[in-house]
Amino acid sequence: MSDPVIIGNPTDAALSDQLLSTTWVKRNWKLAFAITGIGTVMLFSMVTLTVMRGIGMWGNNIPTAWGFGIINFVWWIGIGHAGTFISAILLVLEQQHVRTSINRFTEGMTLFAVVQAGMFPLLHLGRPWYAYWLFPYPSVMGVWPQVRSALPWDAAAVSTYLLVSIMFWYLGLIPDLAGVRDRAPTKLRRRIYGIFALGWSGSMQQWRHYKIAYLTLAGLATPLVVSVHSIVSLDFAEAGLPGWHSTIFPPFFVAGAIFSGFALVVTLIVPARRVFNLYNVITPRHLDMIGKLLLVTSSILAYSYICELFLAWWSGDRFEMFEQLRERPFGFYAIGFWIMITCNCLITQLLWSRRVRRSATALFVLAIFINIGMWLERFEIIVVSLTRDFLPSSWHQYAPTYVDLGILLGTFCFFGLLFLAFLRLVPFVPVAELKELEREVAG
Amino acid sequence: MTPVLAAEFATADELCAGVRALAAAGITELDTWTPYQVEGLQELIGVPRSKLRWIVLAAGLLGGGAAYLLQWWINVVDYPLDIGGRPYHSALAFVPITFEMTILCAGFAALIAAIMLGGLPALWQPMFEVDGFERATIDRFWLAIGAGDRELDRVRDTAALETAGAVRVVWLGDRA
Repeated sequence: MSDPVIIGNPTDAALSDQLLSTTWVKRNWKLAFAITGIGTVMLFSMVTLTVMRGIGMWGNNIPTAWGFGIINFVWWIGIGHAGTFISAILLVLEQQHVRTSINRFTEGMTLFAVVQAGMFPLLHLGRPWYAYWLFPYPSVMGVWPQVRSALPWDAAAVSTYLLVSIMFWYLGLIPDLAGVRDRAPTKLRRRIYGIFALGWSGSMQQWRHYKIAYLTLAGLATPLVVSVHSIVSLDFAEAGLPGWHSTIFPPFFVAGAIFSGFALVVTLIVPARRVFNLYNVITPRHLDMIGKLLLVTSSILAYSYICELFLAWWSGDRFEMFEQLRERPFGFYAIGFWIMITCNCLITQLLWSRRVRRSATALFVLAIFINIGMWLERFEIIVVSLTRDFLPSSWHQYAPTYVDLGILLGTFCFFGLLFLAFLRLVPFVPVAELKELEREVAG
Repeated sequence: MTPVLAAEFATADELCAGVRALAAAGITELDTWTPYQVEGLQELIGVPRSKLRWIVLAAGLLGGGAAYLLQWWINVVDYPLDIGGRPYHSALAFVPITFEMTILCAGFAALIAAIMLGGLPALWQPMFEVDGFERATIDRFWLAIGAGDRELDRVRDTAALETAGAVRVVWLGDRA
């Protein structure tokens, strides 16, 4: 592993110039902002429609009470996981070499993905203005949430994840915001970034607490990221439905989440690297690392799929066997199952090749397929199980409505809008950490 | 600390040399400003390790304990619901929320403690008045001796810092 993680020997000033100058620069991004902006408006129109007319605007109905709402929730929240994995777990494991320079970026991705995810269960409640009922508060009716159910766990896990992600991201940003403040050309910008930097000056007193706090937060985020998707999976595993009621779900979901998240990291980082000319700090070695992690998580996923099939057969339960061995691979939605297998397990085998792992284009194409495959995995788990439960008399097909599709498409745009704003306003490569790494690497 | 004698260095190694020179002269009231944390500098100045971890631990335990207690009180005392005869006090079912609240409270404590212990927010600090100090977050390394240091000797320490490689040494003592 002699490949450099920083190419050339940039000085501290050069790194600052390159990486802090991305903030608040006029770019020709009007088209991108316009498209994502229009999509965001559409998203909120669809949301308004849902709230005004009711949840009947969506395709869910009995028996498929969880349609697009929960599929998209699980998909988006899963995506967030790679961000925390890179920024927290790799820090705790002392893998700064490959982590620094992409971690801020992936933290941003996590944050915005969780924002999209959080929208779905809220709307899925049908009456989102009662969402606070999920949290314990002294109600005048004397009623409390049922904490033996998985739904309050979910509320606690997702809101904790969002808040801790924001804290981790902000704490990491403080020294770089101070850097932006100190090289800001106008007084207004100096003031704005100055306020967010809280007056950071980089004194010994500040650094010595800061570093410990950052590491501690990383240590806290590490079990958190594993817990979030585990708890999401318990929403399924706690139910008695065939195809859901399985102890394999928590690790299976966590691996899938990290897998899909890494795919989105690639989808975002490859274009950003090109637009901002970041070839010196996001090197083939970073791509190689992501490629390997994609391969590992893809293998865990393939193993989990096989386990699911085997356990269904081994259980001897008629409904499980029908669900897993007949309906998923050969039923009404079988096409989704086979596309999922192709995207998540078969084409990822290309990643055994070093050339593929180091090619930004190849990774990018693979990542798009993985994103599709992982979305379909959630579709298969949710829709096939619900449309084919114990009683054939209650079987019913599921199809999304235009509102469902509009909301899904709208979240892509809203995510894109937030991410573009993030790239414009915030130093998205951690400069202070990179300087420290540069000093370490240079010896 | 009110800085009276400040010095600017171009590299971290020269800064460390400067700190060593001052330590040899008996200076104890010393602070440094660096664009990133310089390894070994903290030990050189003799600043103890941060106590932040203990604050985080306490906050985490408190948050987790409170969450468990609240769940127990909701489910057992104030609003018991018989669901298929399952026990009201279901310790296993209380684990997820207890865990999440532990992390949440510990996380909040870590963020707030890092800010407060670092003396922030402080949008103005005496060092900000020094010309060129804005490069402390970019590529320059600063140190300053505080006004309260009894061993401070302007002429001797200026010479020592210049020998260590300071780009420039600034006397701030005459400022009101």
